[in-house]
Amino acid sequence: MNRSTIDLWVGIFVAAGLGALLFLALKVGNLASFANNQTYQVNAKFANIGGLKVRAPVKSAGVVVGRVSDIQFDNESYEALVKINLDVNYQFPRDTTAKILTSGILGEQYVGLEAGGDGVMLKSGDRLRLTQSAVVLENLISQFLFNKAAEGKDAPKDPAK
Amino acid sequence: MMPNWVGMRLAARARLEGLGSNVTSVIWRLGFAARFLGYLVAHSGTAMRRFRLTVAEVYFAGVLSLVIILVSGLFVGMVLALQGYETLQRFGASESLGVLVALSLVRELGPVVAGLLFASRAGSAITAEIGLMKATEQISAMEMMAVDPIARVVAPRFWGGVISMPLLAALFSAMGVFGGYLIGVQLIGVDAGAFWSQMQAAVDLRNDIWNGVLKSIVFGIAVTWIAVFEGYDAPPTAEGVSRATTRTVVTSSLAILALDFILTALMFTGGNAP
Repeated sequence: MNRSTIDLWVGIFVAAGLGALLFLALKVGNLASFANNQTYQVNAKFANIGGLKVRAPVKSAGVVVGRVSDIQFDNESYEALVKINLDVNYQFPRDTTAKILTSGILGEQYVGLEAGGDGVMLKSGDRLRLTQSAVVLENLISQFLFNKAAEGKDAPKDPAK
Repeated sequence: MMPNWVGMRLAARARLEGLGSNVTSVIWRLGFAARFLGYLVAHSGTAMRRFRLTVAEVYFAGVLSLVIILVSGLFVGMVLALQGYETLQRFGASESLGVLVALSLVRELGPVVAGLLFASRAGSAITAEIGLMKATEQISAMEMMAVDPIARVVAPRFWGGVISMPLLAALFSAMGVFGGYLIGVQLIGVDAGAFWSQMQAAVDLRNDIWNGVLKSIVFGIAVTWIAVFEGYDAPPTAEGVSRATTRTVVTSSLAILALDFILTALMFTGGNAP
C-alpha cells in the first residue's frame, strides 16, 4: 500500500473519530441546554434539602427554567443555602415559593417554583423567602408511628374498663 | 538437627534475596521506563516534523483496529440494551434504556473496552515490531548511522497510538449507542423519542463525555508507553520478544483497569462534593 492510500485511510479514520465525538456531544449529550443562555441568580434557604445536588433542575409547572448552581451550609441560621441560576427568559414574582420535590417515587430531587401574585419581579441576588424543605422519609414514618402509639395507648384501655 | 537448621536458614536467605532482587528489578525497570518516556517526549521533534511517519503509525494502530472496535462496540451496545431492558422494565422504567446505554458506554465501557482491545490489537503489534527490530539489530544499525532510534522508530509509534486511542474510544461509544438504538428501539420497541430525549437530558457534555475522552487519552498514553517500552526493553531473542509481547498485553490491561478506578474516583465523586 503506497503513501497516498495510507493518508486517505488515516484521513477517513480521523474524520470518523471526530464525527463520533461530535455525535456523542450533540446527539447523546446536551451541548446546548443552558450552556449559552443568560441566567440570573437567586438564592433560597431550606431547613433540609434532602438529596438535592448541584446542577439539579429547577422546574416551574414541570418546565426546566434553571439549574441549582451551588449548595452551601449557612453557619448562622443552620440552614442550607441553595443558589439557583434561572434563565433570563423566565421572570418570577418576588413572592414565589420554592419547594424541594422528587420526580417519581425513586427519582432525583429538583427545586419546584410556584409563582406568587406580587407585581415586583425577582432580580439577580434576591432571596426566595417562602421555601418548603424536602420530605424526609424518616420524619414522616416517626410521625406516623407516634400517632399510632398515641392511639394505641387509649384504645386498649376502653375494653378493659 | 544442626545441618537442617543451616539448610533452612540458607533457603530462607535465598528466598529473601530473590524477593529483594525482584523488587529492585521492578523499581529499576520503572525508573528506566519513566526516563524512557521523558526522553521519548523530548525527542518527538522528528515525529512531528516528519508527520508522515506518525500518520503511517496512526494507520497501523488506528485504521487497522477499526473493524474490531466497531464490531465490538456494536455488540456491546446491543447486549447492554437487551440486559438493561430486562432489568429496567421490572421497574417500569424501560424509557431510561437510552440513558443506561449511553452513560455506561461514554463513562466506562467505551474507554475501557476500547483500551483493552487496543492493547491487545495494536499494543502487542508495536512491542513485537520494536522487539524484532532490536533482535535483528536494526536498532543498533540505526545507532551506527547516527540516527536516533527513539526519535525515528519509537516516537512515531507512541504518538500514533496516543492519537488513535481517543478516536477509537469515541467510535466505540458511538457505535455502542447505535447498537443500543437498534435493539432498544427497532427490535424491542422502546419509544424512540423517549430513548433519545432522556439520553440527552441525562448525559452531560463535561461530566460524562469529556471525562470519557480524558480517560481514553490517559489509557492511550499508558498503553502505547508500555508497548514501546516493552519492545525497546525486550531481550533480543525470539523468546524475549514473545515474552515482552505477552507482558505488554498483561501489564497494559492491568494498567487500564487500575487507572480507570483512579480516574473514576477522581472524576465522579458523586453527591454534593464540590
